[in-house]
Order: sequence, then structure tokens, then C-alpha cells
Amino acid sequence: MEEIKASYPQLGNYCTPLELLFTEGFDVKYIVPPPITKKTLALGSRYSPDYVCAPFKYHLGNFIETIEAGANTLVQTGGVCRLQYYGELHEQILQDLGYRVNFVNMSKVQDTNPLTFYNGLKEINPQMSLQKIGKILPIVLKMFEYIDEAENFIRKNIGFESNKGAFEKVHADFLGDLRRVRKKKELKNTYRDYMKLFKGIEINKPADPLKVGIIGEYYTIMEPFSNHYLEKELAQMGIVVDRWMNVTNTLIHYPKKQIQKRIKNYAEYPWVATSMATIDRALEFARKGYDGIIHVKSFGCTPEIDAMPILQNISKDYKIPILYFTFDTQTSETGFNTRLEAFYDMIIMRKETKK
Amino acid sequence: MSKGYLGIDIGSISTKGVIIDENNNIKASEYLWTEGDPLKAVKRLLSTLKLQLADSQIRIVTVGTTGSARKLIGAMTGASVVKNEITAHAIGAMSIHPEVRTIIEIGGQDSKIILIENGIVIDYAMNTLCAAGTGSFLSSQAQRLHINIEDFGRIALQSTKATPIAARCTVFAESDLVHKAQIGHKKEDIVAGLCKAVVANYLNNVGKGKKIISPVVFQGGVSKNIGVVKAFEELLGMPVAVDPNSHLTGALGVALLAKKSRVEKDFFFDITDIEFKTVGYDCKKCSNNCEIICIYREDQIIDAWGNKCENGAVH
Repeated sequence: MEEIKASYPQLGNYCTPLELLFTEGFDVKYIVPPPITKKTLALGSRYSPDYVCAPFKYHLGNFIETIEAGANTLVQTGGVCRLQYYGELHEQILQDLGYRVNFVNMSKVQDTNPLTFYNGLKEINPQMSLQKIGKILPIVLKMFEYIDEAENFIRKNIGFESNKGAFEKVHADFLGDLRRVRKKKELKNTYRDYMKLFKGIEINKPADPLKVGIIGEYYTIMEPFSNHYLEKELAQMGIVVDRWMNVTNTLIHYPKKQIQKRIKNYAEYPWVATSMATIDRALEFARKGYDGIIHVKSFGCTPEIDAMPILQNISKDYKIPILYFTFDTQTSETGFNTRLEAFYDMIIMRKETKK
Repeated sequence: MSKGYLGIDIGSISTKGVIIDENNNIKASEYLWTEGDPLKAVKRLLSTLKLQLADSQIRIVTVGTTGSARKLIGAMTGASVVKNEITAHAIGAMSIHPEVRTIIEIGGQDSKIILIENGIVIDYAMNTLCAAGTGSFLSSQAQRLHINIEDFGRIALQSTKATPIAARCTVFAESDLVHKAQIGHKKEDIVAGLCKAVVANYLNNVGKGKKIISPVVFQGGVSKNIGVVKAFEELLGMPVAVDPNSHLTGALGVALLAKKSRVEKDFFFDITDIEFKTVGYDCKKCSNNCEIICIYREDQIIDAWGNKCENGAVH
């Protein structure tokens, strides 16, 4: 039998814990998906329906790239928006293009019963063992959390580093070392050592820096290429960047009840996908007196469009400016930069007059 | 010899330039079409400005650029300030109307709303993904109707009953217009309907969710269209001020910013005789294939951009 070489599309830096899950848990070879680039987008757009959301195109492009890199087994997840239909369409498109791969569509097993879910996973490798998964899963989840915690720290400080590139260098080393981790203790030590390194990086942060919170749709907010490296651009302007949306806060510890309670005055009924988290965070950033909020979404993202009128109310009630970005497949930077620079001019002027 | 400050606003459709003196008075100004070639347009602009200055004793000590080609022209002119057009428009408007609360700006391909409180920008929005309801839409419809865009507003005012035209999307608006014309609507009514459609589109898209407070100032090329001004006043129910220099506000704003920067470096009009060119290529160092643009002055590279990472750096 051919060796199983599996993969899942790139999202931020999460391929590191996924590699651990696939290799140690599912007992298959993991193909690290190539980084998202213009080529990914070009490939994905060429074979996708024009009006589908941009994350679908990124995924499709990246699937093709991973196949070219040697993958023969692809995994797609389910979701609570159009994402739920991604898998079926991706599988069909790849098949029509002539790619012969084992496509595991986990949206078929959106079931609360763990056994059904496990049976779905078995399509990746029929020989996988529950014991192996059980052993590695806590480490995988912890790795997600540690990556998120480290990146949270980076976002808030990278804009003030004295030596340009210092954070990126340590960050890359951190992710590199995580790839070698197999045991809980190793993971903990790696995290501890690197957090020390991160905290030791010399920064020059003013007492009251500009603070901007990022909110919005799941993929576009987490995959930096798809949002034109928004966080990096903001950091380079000397801004503390805060973003709550990540795997830890949504898939691992999603505080649904608390969110519903907190946003009750703005949204009475439960909403799907990321809209509730978007509203909740906007409210939190506004209450904390942040200088501004940036909302990002892919073109046509219904849950996030639904949240926008509420965001406008929050913006009015708390007098906090919100900048809205919609990303599709355009790669021109001019319009993006114009709006972002104007946003910066605005929040810095507002802050100065407040003083 | 007194000091002068040059502001250039290079939009996708038109290029604007103003020279102000120490007291912020406009000493020279020009407005011309970009024609898809910003470098050439700026050379033409500079030639005219130079002629206008001929008799005065003004020496340009600093340059500011704005508009979508601000970076390119900033490199060409050695600008001390390269500023986005939203800030430039706000600064320009406030210098003419210090009490302004809402700035409506409609240019060739973009439109924005800027809200001001106590002399600072508190909120703004700009059209995204779609150029419906901007100047280029109006000029293409004017062509279709065989009228000069300069006469558009005057014709609209002759109408007593504007034809309703779908405002949401340029494509829909156009087919609506064609059908209405074919069933016999009068030309002036259609023109008035188009002016209304532009305003409705603006308020529904750019102005969505924003509270428009008087005094309202309207600027950008489309503000020269009296039909659109009237439509705004009707739909908003408040007066809309249009300055005689409303088409130059962005250039004025960036000239003021350049002056304020206090970075001074003599600027010479003879750059109109120097050859500037851009060379673009795709970086091959990774699969992102960044589009790198290099700017050459004669045969010397003066600037380059477009690379996403250090590997693609030209210098």
C-alpha cells in the first residue's frame, strides 16, 4: 500500500501542532502545506466559483500546492457557515481537475457523538489507534495554546522592538523547536524558555501607546497573507495590536455563555459563526478605551456582514472609530494602505486632543 | 525671493497641483487628466505651474504628494511629505471651512466621507471594491447621452421631474437608463435622475451608518456638477457648501502638510526635462512572486518597492 501523506491547508502557524497530531496521533506522514502566497490565490481563484468567499479559494489553491508537494490525503473540516460546504465542493473540483487523492470531508460527520467523529477521522488512516490519539491530543492542544499565547505577546510588543526583526527571529526559532517536541515536559520547557527570550527582547514602548483591536472573520483574521499583513503594518506604525480570535479561544475554550451574556444589550439571540465573538470583542476593546478597532472579513461573509450594524452601534455608543476591510482576491495595496494610513492619522490626532 | 510650497494630488483620473505662499494663499494651480500616465501628467502639470509662477519671485522649498500615485510622484519630486488623500482632503477642507463637520468627496474613481469634530477627523469611510457613483460613471453616461460632462449639471437643473434610476450598481443603473431613454423619458430628466442616483448610491454605501451633520462641504471633481450638489441638498435637507477650489482641496491639503513639516529642500522645475521611468518585474525568489517596481531617474535607480520580504529588496 502507498504511504499515507496527509495535509490540511495552511492557517497562520498552526501547521506545527497539526503536524504533531497527524504524525504521532494519526500515524501518517504529514506534508507541511506550502506557505500562502500569490500563487496559492491564483491557483485557487482559477478553479473556484467566482462568488465564493476568499478562504475557499485559498484552501483550494493550497490543496493543489500540497498535492504537488506530495500529499495524497487531504482533510477538510466542517463549519458553521459556508465552510460546511467547502469540503464537498473542494473534493469535486479536485476530482474534476484529475487529482486522484483521498479526500476526507469531516463536515459529513458533524455529530456530537465522538465515536461517529472518530470513524470519520479513520478515513485518513484506517489503521489509526484511539490510544495514540488520546496520548498526543493533550499535547497538541497545549501546543495550539502556547503558540497563541506567544503570538499574543508578540503582537503587543513587536511594534516597539529596538532591533528590527528581533521578534520574528525568536518566533521562527520557537516554531522550529516546537516541531521536535513529542512530550508534555518538552513542550512546557520549550514554551517557558522562549517566553523568557521574548520577554527579554529590548523594546522601547511609550507609557501610553496607541492600541488597536482586530476583529472579524475566522480565516481572514488569522491568515496574514489574506489580510495584507495588517497586523505587521500596524505594528510598524508603532501600535499595540490586540487580537482575541485564535484557535485557543474558539475551538479549545470558547466562552459561548459568557459572550452571550456580555453582548445581551446588543444582540439578544444566538448568532452563528464568528459574529458573536466579533461583537463581544468590539465591546471589550471599546470598554477598555482602545484607540480604534479594525474589522476584517472576506467579501460576502454573511455572519460578519450581520455583525456590522451592531458594530456601528458600538462605535457610536463608545465613540470608538472602526475601520472596515473587505478582502477578496485583489492584490493591489494602494487602497488598503490609503485607508490604513488615514486610520492611523485619525487615531493619533484623536489621542493627542484627548490629552 | 519668497517661499512657496507645492502640493500635488495625483488621482486615477485627474492630477491636481497647487502652490501656496507663506500665508497659505494659492499662487498657482492646475487641474488636468492623468490619462493613465502619472509621470507624464505631473510633468505637464509642473510646466503649467511654472508658467503661472513666471513673474513672481517664488522659490519652491518643499513638495507634498497625495492621491493614489503619491508614492511614485513622491519619489519623482523628492517630496518631503507623502500623505494619503483622506487626511489631505480633511486638512485642505478645514483650511477653507474651519467649522466643517462633514466632508463629502467624490472623485474620478473613489468617494469618501470624513466626519470632523473640534477640528479633528473622528471617522471616515471610503468606497470599496466598486466605483459605482463616482465621476467616471457620470462621464461615461454623459458620453452615452452625447452631452459634455461640463454641461451635465446645468442640464439636470432644467428637469422638473427626475427619472428614477437604479442607484445600487453602475451596471444596473446603465441598463435602467437605456430602457428609460428608449421608452421616451426626456434627456434632462434622465440626467437629473443620474445625479440623484449618484447621491443615493453615495449615501447608501459610503455614508452608510454615518451621521451627517451640518456644515457639509462637498469637494472633488464631481462637486463641480451643480446637479449633484442640488441632489445632495434635496436628499440631506441641508445646505451643501462647494468652494471655488473644491477640485483642488487634496492638493491644497498636502501643500499645507508639506509646509507644516518644515522639511525644506529646494525644488526645481527642470525635472520636467529629466527622464523618469518605471520598470516592473516579478521577484523570483519565492512563490509569492512579488511585483517589484523600480523608479529610474535617467538611468539611475532612485527608489523601488513592492517586495513583501527582505529577499526581494532591490537596494
